[in-house]
Amino acid sequence: MTPRALKSKKHSISYAKWGYRFIAPFFLVFAVFQLIPLLSTIYYSFFEFYRSGLKEIGPNFVGLENYRQLFATDLPKYMGNTVLLWIIGFVPQIVISLLLAAWFTDMRIRMRAQGFFKTVIYLPNLIMASAFAMLFFALFSDNGPINSLMLTFGWISQPIRYLSNVWTVRSMVGLMNFLMWFGNTTILLMAAVMGVDTGLYEAAEIDGCNSHQMFWKITMPLIRPILIYVIITSMIGGLQMFDVPQILTNGKGSPDRVATTIIMYLNNHMFSKNYGMAGAVSVVLFVISAVLCLVVFSVLTREDDGLTRAQRKELKKKGGKA
Amino acid sequence: MKTHHNARGGKASGVRLFFRYILMAILCFLCLFFFYILIINATHSHFEIQRGFSFLPGSSFLMNLNNVLNDANIPVLSGIRNSLIVSGMSALLSVYFSALTAYGIYAYNFKFKKAAFTIIMLIMMMPTQVSAMGFVRLITAIGLKDTLVALFLPSIAAPIVFFFMKQYMESNLPMEIVEAARIDGCGEFYTFNRIVLPIIKPALAVQAIFGFVTAWNNYFLPALVIDSANKKTIPILIAQLRSADFLKFDMGKVYMMVLLAILPVVIVYLLLSKFIVRGVALGGVKQ
Repeated sequence: MTPRALKSKKHSISYAKWGYRFIAPFFLVFAVFQLIPLLSTIYYSFFEFYRSGLKEIGPNFVGLENYRQLFATDLPKYMGNTVLLWIIGFVPQIVISLLLAAWFTDMRIRMRAQGFFKTVIYLPNLIMASAFAMLFFALFSDNGPINSLMLTFGWISQPIRYLSNVWTVRSMVGLMNFLMWFGNTTILLMAAVMGVDTGLYEAAEIDGCNSHQMFWKITMPLIRPILIYVIITSMIGGLQMFDVPQILTNGKGSPDRVATTIIMYLNNHMFSKNYGMAGAVSVVLFVISAVLCLVVFSVLTREDDGLTRAQRKELKKKGGKA
Repeated sequence: MKTHHNARGGKASGVRLFFRYILMAILCFLCLFFFYILIINATHSHFEIQRGFSFLPGSSFLMNLNNVLNDANIPVLSGIRNSLIVSGMSALLSVYFSALTAYGIYAYNFKFKKAAFTIIMLIMMMPTQVSAMGFVRLITAIGLKDTLVALFLPSIAAPIVFFFMKQYMESNLPMEIVEAARIDGCGEFYTFNRIVLPIIKPALAVQAIFGFVTAWNNYFLPALVIDSANKKTIPILIAQLRSADFLKFDMGKVYMMVLLAILPVVIVYLLLSKFIVRGVALGGVKQ
């Protein structure tokens, strides 16, 4: 035992060792099942290492060759797909969620059946994404119920081939993502809006603000941290988009791989046991995620003064000088 | 108060309210309509479904159920069993060990406390897919490939659950209680299990539900880990159904299979929806 530890022991019982014991399982499992795998993934991304038939080729060090190949061939297309599919689902999601959050918390016009409505819109979030995609596949197949209904109502004269058209496939993925996530986002934003001091609205009302002004000048600036949090976590979720397009298109991203996302690409390399390329895709994903994680971190560790850690440090520095 | 505002809002707010209810009705319709078709079609035979959609339920529910359960190519019953084991264990492990970790950081002072907290917060939102390749190689090397253990053991490190637990402790667990327990001679571990856990029970329950649902719905990693037919979980079976030759498939069976996959979660949700929706609002974090 060091002299310092002995000294502190004289004054009070030290519980520090219990802290380490309690957090040990978490960090042990994290190190074994996430950190070591991540490091080996990064390591193999610099190697030519794949299986061809029963033979394993490599690992031979090739430097950045895997990355060069990724960016020269398919990855930009799949990144574009992922971003586009995310946007198609996210834009309506954030608009509707903001609208609903503002309506539900509107003190002037009370809406009924809020509990029921929240229950219904959150439901799709808990549904198994792969089963949901399978359902959409069956419903929108060439002679499925949707075509059958539209023919009965006379809206169309020919069945629409939803699954072989670029924009209908994109829209279906977007619609599913929208349905699965807008309830969640609405509830989060509502909680944020309800956290705004009602005195501000009362004061604004006395000053003659209309509800439009209140929303844009009071609500929006004050819920900004949560809004940022929602946007960034949705981006991270979008990066991981897999189940829905994978099941809907049977892993092919058809037509013409327009629905192939980054993770579907990673999945293909994993199944063909191309560890080098799978590693390189993972590292690209890791770098993008790391940047987004830093934003989430700064939002969540923001203290009550609304400043980020970096801003506070800056302020301290300035204060020190003055 | 209410009447005062309504009176002042008058006709304009009536129109506004009408539009709001219309949009709400459309959204509700969108959320429920697909499930309505699912339930209806699960009660129709393949031929009835091929003839065109009918809004009324049919009489083939039990036949479809029987067909699904007896299909040798899609082991549904073992699939449900495996999914239950993996989801139940994931929920249990993630909740218990995250609470343990959160308590370790909340209740004790130690040198690397801040560093530990920062690390967890930084990796909180990191997609697990980034290390999937190394993970599969690792479990292959240590003999855990194609086992259910490989699917639930990693949930011991669940940063999001940790964050929720820590927030909950900060507002609901006064340190005086812990100190009182110490004076009464309780050991640290005993205090956590017998005094802290009961206090944070609401948080444990909410996170256990979310943990269960997330694991139940998980497809990416199980598909990479599991090979044997009798160890497959439900999402893998759904994917298998999708890649089968679709034109030869009994559609009644397909709808029934999808229904079986989502039904357990829907039932739990309908029973506990108030609790769950409040949990979403409180936690603020769910991946």
